[in-house]
Amino acid sequence: MKSKQPIERYAREIFGENRRRAVYAGAKLATEKRHATLARDYPHANHLRRLAGQIKQHTLEHLDRYLREAEQRLRKNGATVHFATDADSCNQIVLDIMRTAKVQKMVKSKSMLGEETGLSEFLLERGVECLETDLGELIVQLDHDRPSHIVRPIIHKDRAEIARCFEREGLGDYNEGPDVITRRARDFLRRKYMEADVGLTGANFVIAESGRICLVTNEGNARFCVAACKIHIVIAGIEKLIPKDRDLALFVNLIARSATGQQLSVYNQFFGGPRLQGQPHGPDEMHVIFVDNGRTDVLASDCREILRCIRCGACQNVCPVYRQVGGHSYRGTYAGPVGAVLTPLLAGERFSEMADLPKASSLCGACNEVCPVDIPIPDLLLRLRYRGKREGASRAASGAPPMGPWALVATKPKVWRTALAASPALNYLPSHLIPIGAIRTWREARSLPKWRGGKFRKWIQERKNDP
Amino acid sequence: MATCLCDAFFDGVGRATVETLEHLGCQVVFPDDQTCCGQPAFNGGDWDASRKVVRHTIEVFRGTEPIVVPSSSCAAMSLHGAPLEFEEIADREGVEDMASRTWELADFIVNGLGVDRWKGRFSHRVVFHRSCHSRGTKSGEAARRLLSSIDGLELVSFPEEEQCCGFGGTFSVGFPETSASMGRLKIGNALASAPDFLVSGDMGCLLHLGGLLDREEQELPRLHLAEVLRDALRNKNLL
Repeated sequence: MKSKQPIERYAREIFGENRRRAVYAGAKLATEKRHATLARDYPHANHLRRLAGQIKQHTLEHLDRYLREAEQRLRKNGATVHFATDADSCNQIVLDIMRTAKVQKMVKSKSMLGEETGLSEFLLERGVECLETDLGELIVQLDHDRPSHIVRPIIHKDRAEIARCFEREGLGDYNEGPDVITRRARDFLRRKYMEADVGLTGANFVIAESGRICLVTNEGNARFCVAACKIHIVIAGIEKLIPKDRDLALFVNLIARSATGQQLSVYNQFFGGPRLQGQPHGPDEMHVIFVDNGRTDVLASDCREILRCIRCGACQNVCPVYRQVGGHSYRGTYAGPVGAVLTPLLAGERFSEMADLPKASSLCGACNEVCPVDIPIPDLLLRLRYRGKREGASRAASGAPPMGPWALVATKPKVWRTALAASPALNYLPSHLIPIGAIRTWREARSLPKWRGGKFRKWIQERKNDP
Repeated sequence: MATCLCDAFFDGVGRATVETLEHLGCQVVFPDDQTCCGQPAFNGGDWDASRKVVRHTIEVFRGTEPIVVPSSSCAAMSLHGAPLEFEEIADREGVEDMASRTWELADFIVNGLGVDRWKGRFSHRVVFHRSCHSRGTKSGEAARRLLSSIDGLELVSFPEEEQCCGFGGTFSVGFPETSASMGRLKIGNALASAPDFLVSGDMGCLLHLGGLLDREEQELPRLHLAEVLRDALRNKNLL
């Protein structure tokens, strides 16, 4: 019998063996590179992870203060600050800024928050020309696909797929050479940068004391987005704050190593505001939109530590379950362990639809070991499992045996002993007659050893009687 | 604490644990009313059911003696899981007391009793699967130290040694296809080192890996760490 779990169905029917192999290899390599770069430079990397986690946790616990500080500082720097409660209001604010300025063309650098709010689709539907400029994100956009990894959006795609897509979209004849694909994307994008009125970026860190936006990229596309445009729009989740400029020393070092195994990302940019009087270049306007979209509810929950996340993808790369099922199977913006926590939380009232995600984990703890901000992801998954049970979410119960009868027996020692002593009788029962669903599922791929209940107790009793 | 897996399937591991501890001069008491540590329900999200079982276990093991468990995962339930599910609960004290006295077997031998060289002989190639529940504890290192000190034992490394075997308690039946794929990967990696035995400190992992090996008729005998320690003593007539 095939598994009915949505995640496993996806893995079996759509993800498939070839993609699985490619994703596995890529994720494994990224994990190894991360480890090598971190261990080489920092013999006590765990201390750094814990310190970074404490700084983020501190910021979250005083978020009201730091948000106000950042807002005031940004305004002083000449930026306009907006607050968006949800995805729709974020998208609407972006559209309003463009309509007010009477402009139509946007180039966009990679932003997971933009994925979360569905910004590109929203703008395209309303006649805004909105183009992704990160190579992976551009390919995803041209191919009407979705990113499957936080930092490597097209980890699930092979070069033939990309070549077919480029041919179809008029970027040249079929050619699957990586250098050719990259050159064509570059030529295509260069024109677009010059034509665009608005450059939209995310933010890796927003520094409260200075109002600086820190952006970390490897392709330089964010720099191009902002270089030639009239208006720079930044969208940032409210959890992106860090208190001081000096904290960047820690975070910039950790994010590059954790995400891509680099000591430093190729481009680390700091945006202090729009062009000031007397400055020859830069956008005339800068808008910063702080987005909640469910984050305050997460902050009020017992899973608030997940808001420390700096979106490096290290937990995804190391996760043995993600490596088997791929990113799209998590049905959300974020995949892997962080997605299994964040997606159900951000789903709000639709929590129960996502309640299978926290169960899609062997709780091996590898995610916590690599997390640059030391998020106790397995604990959060467990808390969400408990919530799924409390709220009676059917997706949370799928496949797992009910625990009520077990708890009843396990609190009645006499019944427990009697049941175990009788268990060897199960050895003579054909497996399809065994009245426990979990055992039948177990036996589909695995054999079960012979029941030997009561044997150990008998042995230890005999020794006690006859030492 | 014998663990429910030893109680139901692996009496040999329970015996080896007792014999090993007695060899070290311990007096082993087996409270007859013990059942399970409460982990299946904790892991499955049914914390109300799990807390009932944990409370029972606390009663059964009340006292001042160390509680030794031949399983990283049952030990982790006492050390980490139970405190987590009792965070907001009034009768947390018993949980904390139990956690303060619980030891995983290898950790107890090496860091509790201060024994880090093992006598006896075990002339085989061994791969050791450190169960994931021992991450962040001293158990994995303790087991490796004991194993590599045994005369004749060749502890061989294998690819992706730190990866999970895919058991994961209720995960193994909730997500059976993913669990089995993870297990096959672990088995392939372990077999690549051509070992005589696959050894682990956790019968949960070995139940899963053994089940896959047997179903697919692959040859790789499994042993719990306690069995290796006991057999090493026997092989030199020290027991």
